[in-house]
Amino acid sequence: MFQYTLRRLLIAIPTLLIISLVIFLLLEAAPGDPLGQVPLTVPPEVKAKMRTALGLDAAWYVRYFLWLKQMFFIEPMHLIDTLFGTDLAQGAQRVISFQSRQPVMDIIAERLPQTLTVVGSAYVVGVLIAVPIGIISAYRQYSWFDNLGTFISMVGFSVPTFFTGVALIIIFAVKLKWFPSVYDTTLQVTDWASFKEQLRQMVMPVTVLALYNAAQISRFMRSSMLDNLGQDYVRTARAKGLTEKVVVLVHVLRNSLIPVITVIALGVPQIFGGAIITEQVFKVNGLGQQLILSIHANDLPMVMTLTFIFATLIVTFNLIADLLYGILDPRIRYD
Amino acid sequence: MTETTTAIRPPRNQWWDVWDQFKTHKGALVGLTIFITILLGITIGPWLWDMAPTYVDLRARNKGFSMAHPLGTDQLGRDLLARMMAGGKVSLSVGLTAMALAVSLGTTIGVLAGYFKKLESPLMRLTDLFLALPLLPLLLLMVTLFREPLSQRFGPEGGIFLLIVTAIGATSWMQTARIVRGEVLAIKEREFVLAARSIGTPARRMVLRHILPNVMSPIMVSATLGIATAIITESALSFLGLGFPPDFPTWGRLLFDAVDQIQLYPMRVVLPGIAISLTVLSVNYIGDGLRDALDPRIRGR
Repeated sequence: MFQYTLRRLLIAIPTLLIISLVIFLLLEAAPGDPLGQVPLTVPPEVKAKMRTALGLDAAWYVRYFLWLKQMFFIEPMHLIDTLFGTDLAQGAQRVISFQSRQPVMDIIAERLPQTLTVVGSAYVVGVLIAVPIGIISAYRQYSWFDNLGTFISMVGFSVPTFFTGVALIIIFAVKLKWFPSVYDTTLQVTDWASFKEQLRQMVMPVTVLALYNAAQISRFMRSSMLDNLGQDYVRTARAKGLTEKVVVLVHVLRNSLIPVITVIALGVPQIFGGAIITEQVFKVNGLGQQLILSIHANDLPMVMTLTFIFATLIVTFNLIADLLYGILDPRIRYD
Repeated sequence: MTETTTAIRPPRNQWWDVWDQFKTHKGALVGLTIFITILLGITIGPWLWDMAPTYVDLRARNKGFSMAHPLGTDQLGRDLLARMMAGGKVSLSVGLTAMALAVSLGTTIGVLAGYFKKLESPLMRLTDLFLALPLLPLLLLMVTLFREPLSQRFGPEGGIFLLIVTAIGATSWMQTARIVRGEVLAIKEREFVLAARSIGTPARRMVLRHILPNVMSPIMVSATLGIATAIITESALSFLGLGFPPDFPTWGRLLFDAVDQIQLYPMRVVLPGIAISLTVLSVNYIGDGLRDALDPRIRGR
């Protein structure tokens, strides 16, 4: 197990390096010019100076290695500096956004909480809905509950999140006026009233994402439960005279959760991707919205770093899912 | 008893068995009906309702449902029924073409990786690498970065179509490749392959005549589901404002254009949204039914 973990970690490093190179080369091959917004009246020599100031005149591999160095050495040092008050980085150049001239990591740190609250709570809610639905659907296979559940999960799976979001806005924000349609990120939670306000504005984005996740996870949960309900050990448990509740909720559920947990782990990075759209619908100023803004503004360092963070999430959670599978299921041993 | 019936019954194509099994899946049948209706609506519809989707009539702006405009008009007085049909045509052709690209890429890579031992490790590494890419951000990147040069070279419509189809196809072949490789690995060990090899069948014919027909089922299922994903991806790109140009409607684009006036004219958002959802839902149900119908363990039971 330890060897396997180590090997996987070692494979993850070149994978991430190749991915970062792919993203970098894609950005490089693109004809977009970060100085495209600069007015034509600016003389060419000034433009050349601006280019040098942005570091754009260096060869691509120089800039790539510079980015790697800033990302993997200087940024962690800055992080340690801010956490412990040390001075490791000694003012070294960080990854700077073209657009706002701020360090990219500072902007990400500003926006991460919004994404995490919405995405995180949506995922938790989604899992909490999906697991019981999956259990009941499988236990009462082909009952009306199962048929309804299967249909709803098919719908939840098929209807794109931007349409669910917009439909919820029409119903609950425009017609009923229960919830605000725009997520107000300046809201500070200080007392009970502002907390209620925060909850109210979170309801719709969380519902959209949670429904979509619940649809996928409940399908997995159902089929995993069905696989286990037919096993011999279930008959043994029943023959021992255990109550139905113990059989289903202890014996079957625990075994059925093994593959579902890995699916849940694998879904985490996806939901960050899905949040790009939901954030756009509800105007949440999270990471996804920042990505779209930066793409439109040709802000190469920001786009590069954000996309790379998404890739890191995927690789990390793939690894976590595989390891969890090995830990939870004693039949699987990586040797 | 069974022997006599099989003797009397004329030889039957296996696809009839598949169809018989498919018919028992109610959801799939309804899905197929809806999908065919939508297909007919967007192909034959424009002949019956021959109003140009780009015809601007400023005097008939923002109209509701009426006889002259069954689905109303938009902020420039363009007929929404005509726009929905034109949009559906683009959305579905993007979905179908992107799926075809993704499936052929995935099948090629899957078969090569499964059949040729030497290619297996590098090709599967490549697949894993693609699976680790953040797809939506990359799609957004590709579309924004390359739309200008491509639309200059191939015209605004052709360029963007090419770009979006290639981008979606190039980022969604991995699942197919994995499934196909697994199937090929299993089939490669079967006796008929050994028999074919022992009479000296060359690798090319081996793959085309013996392996490929036997992996058709999973390919067809993933092709069906691929249409659904491609349609959703295209409309998501359009929704983020990174799809087709404004005067070239797709369902996602229609939805995106209507969001600004959602307070006043909610129907304009709902209609394309329902069209997308209904298409994807029906395609997913067809895929579900097809999976059951193509599984010989379920079929004939």
